[in-house]
Amino acid sequence: MTAKAPRARKIVATTSLAGCFGCHMSLLDIDERILDLIELVEFNKSPIDDIKTFTKECDIGLIEGGCCNDENVHVLTEFRRHCKTLVAFGECALMGGLPALRNFLPLKECLEEAYLNGPTVAGENPGRIIPHDPDIPKILNRVYPCHEVVKIDYFLPGCPPSADLIWDALVALVTGKELEPQYRTFKFD
Amino acid sequence: MSSSIAQTVKTVVSRYGGDATRLMDVLIDVQDELGCLSHVTTARIAHTLGVPQVDVEQTVSFYHFFAREPRGKFAVYLNDSVVAEFCGRGEVARAFEEAAGCRFGEVTADGVVGLFHTACIGMSDQEPAALVNGQVFPALTPDKARELVAGMRAGKTVEELKGGRTGDGQNAHPLVRALVHNHIRRRGVMVFDHYQPGEALRKVVAMSSGEVIGVVKAASVRGRGGAGFPTGMKWDFARRAAGDVKYVFCNADEGEPGTFKDRVILTERPQMVIEGMAIAAYAVGAQRGILYVRNEYRYLRSYLEHVLEDMRAQGLLGAAICGQSGFDFDVSLQFGAGAYVCGEESALIESAEGKRGEPRDRPPFPVEKGYLQKPTVVNNVETLCSAVQVMLKGAEWYNRLGTEKSKGTKVLCVSGDCDRPGIYEVEWGFSVNDILQEAGARDVQAVQVGGPSGSCIGPGEFGRVLAYEDLATGGSFIIIGQPRDLLKDVVLNFARFFREESCGSCVPCRALTGMAQVVLERVIAGRGTAEDVERLQSWQKIMRNNRCGLGQTALNPVVSTIRNFRPLYDARLAPGDPRFVPGFDLSAAVKDYEAAVSKG
Ligand SMILES: Cc1cc2nc3c(=O)[nH]c(=O)nc-3n(C[C@H](O)[C@H](O)[C@H](O)COP(=O)(O)O)c2cc1C
Ligand code: SF4
Ligand code: SF4
Repeated sequence: MTAKAPRARKIVATTSLAGCFGCHMSLLDIDERILDLIELVEFNKSPIDDIKTFTKECDIGLIEGGCCNDENVHVLTEFRRHCKTLVAFGECALMGGLPALRNFLPLKECLEEAYLNGPTVAGENPGRIIPHDPDIPKILNRVYPCHEVVKIDYFLPGCPPSADLIWDALVALVTGKELEPQYRTFKFD
Repeated sequence: MSSSIAQTVKTVVSRYGGDATRLMDVLIDVQDELGCLSHVTTARIAHTLGVPQVDVEQTVSFYHFFAREPRGKFAVYLNDSVVAEFCGRGEVARAFEEAAGCRFGEVTADGVVGLFHTACIGMSDQEPAALVNGQVFPALTPDKARELVAGMRAGKTVEELKGGRTGDGQNAHPLVRALVHNHIRRRGVMVFDHYQPGEALRKVVAMSSGEVIGVVKAASVRGRGGAGFPTGMKWDFARRAAGDVKYVFCNADEGEPGTFKDRVILTERPQMVIEGMAIAAYAVGAQRGILYVRNEYRYLRSYLEHVLEDMRAQGLLGAAICGQSGFDFDVSLQFGAGAYVCGEESALIESAEGKRGEPRDRPPFPVEKGYLQKPTVVNNVETLCSAVQVMLKGAEWYNRLGTEKSKGTKVLCVSGDCDRPGIYEVEWGFSVNDILQEAGARDVQAVQVGGPSGSCIGPGEFGRVLAYEDLATGGSFIIIGQPRDLLKDVVLNFARFFREESCGSCVPCRALTGMAQVVLERVIAGRGTAEDVERLQSWQKIMRNNRCGLGQTALNPVVSTIRNFRPLYDARLAPGDPRFVPGFDLSAAVKDYEAAVSKG
């Protein structure tokens, strides 16, 4: 009789695109379950362990935030390439969220307000320069929710999604058991 | 506020006895006189009726034909239905725009011409058709469009624009004088056979109300408005319902694109429809009837008023009908103002009460709590005609017609790619092929049976028969020829229609009709994925939970074509890795930024 082989841990990557990191905070809000989580999964590229580039193919990618610049698009595309299952979590990733409020204005107006005419910059930018440099990302014409750029497999709503919902979803993905969402995890008022 | 607004409002409101439930009539008449319903006007109406202004505002904002701003001395509403597009509507629209010098949705600078889109106006056998100040101008061509605009500019009246011509049958009646044609291609025994007004009613008053319902039940008459509910049962419910006052409604809203039979029946057999209402009234014990007619058919108004007057004079309406003391019943006309959902019976009732045409939660059903919360029977125009014939000729006669589960006849409205579009009254049980042959259709790609809310079938299913147990239909039968782009010319048009006509009460109906259009447009543009197609299909389950039939069937065009014409979808799917959204174009998305910084 052979000993039961330890189940291989699933590999998880996470990122925050045009988000506020609130969704990642909520992920950390699972409190002591983080210890269980470490048993279940191994983190790869993620701000949690500060791994900057993918070093392995991953099972699960968690995306916070939508895409507001071309770097976001590149990162999201990388995630899609390297993760078998992609989960968008939080309002910003699902719908664009707060950053998408600018979608109702032309980009030019937003940039001019931010760099040329706004009360905190007026007169402070005599060259009237809107920052641009090959090293800084280019701003997109509008903020895109993730599913308009790549295929997203699962969506976790909330701003941020509750820690319990994130936990339940991760456990379901890792164990392959169907998620049974608890009412309180998506009741927002 | 100008005194003319106050004066007009005062006159119109007193015409309807200051009754706020007559708000639809008030709004229609005031708009007729003032050209539009501005906020100043609605405030005045609210004040005069003694209701909150918001009540008036919400009714005004709901209906397509109510205008907040002037829509021109001549308001042209050009139908944009599928069949109109088949018949060259695009070129007619361009001709109107060029001749008038304004775009659709606008009024010319001189205020003479306004151009507007509108959903199917019930003229699918004579498209492209437009309403100009309520008069129908069918079978338009670019030349005719230019001629019309020239006439408007030259100061002609709408009557003069019609050029003294009229259509056939009662369309030529002095009170109608419409350019509309009946195109009755096949006369059946129910509606378009010989008919003598009052004969059935005289027979009915010799029976008890229970006996009348017994005959209708024995004949198993079913509703012709689409849902096919047993008419005898409906009448029985209303008869048994408690209520001092009861109502009978005739539903002539006829908004399902491709349907125009009720228009022809109201033109050729109005007495029969009203007699059917009186029979229903006798059976359930109702005192008042309302014939609710869609706004698009307002050109029939004087004629229908005259018919009602005539029937009163003959003792077929009013007090002691057919000399039967205690049988008092009268009918009034109610016009809608442009909203497909008002054909749904509870929305119809809401609308007749002067409100937004939003379907009610059911139960209670109208037979228990309908118009003004009183028991109300709502029947389709054609159902009432069947009732008249059943009472005349008996249940046995009726049961000999049709199939096992579908008795009697059905008036079909055939339109689209065929030689002989028009009205065909056939016994239930005709096959799709039979109809195609009679209508002179060749090279048929698909048939849309029952309108957008019905289903789209391909040649493999043309052997199926029209009957409640197989292909049920309210009458619409749209033939789609081989050269048509089924997804773009038909399915997308229907998707837009439902999005436009959703009343917005239910989230799935409001949101998914919009999303379905977006996804469909993406697929048609070659940027869709197989997943998009699956998603469209999966929404059907959610839509079934909507409150009314509109939302429940709104995805039928999409779902039935995915089922029956899947290769048309597959051929358009975007190539490439399905993990990436084919429509997203990064270089296009950064263009605005590059432009902004290159200048900065
Ligand atoms: C969106 C919608 C539109 C409808 N439009 C009509 C219509 O124009 N005419 C009609 O008779 N029934 C229409 N109906 C069906 C009515 O709700 C109702 O079933 C019918 O008027 C009952 O009459 P019947 O039993 O004689 O068919 C519609 C239903 C829905 C859900
Ligand atoms: S969803 Fe809310 S918490 Fe998450 S990134 Fe957006 S704003 Fe922050
Ligand atoms: S299903 Fe659509 S049309 Fe019907 S009540 Fe709901 S929102 Fe209104």
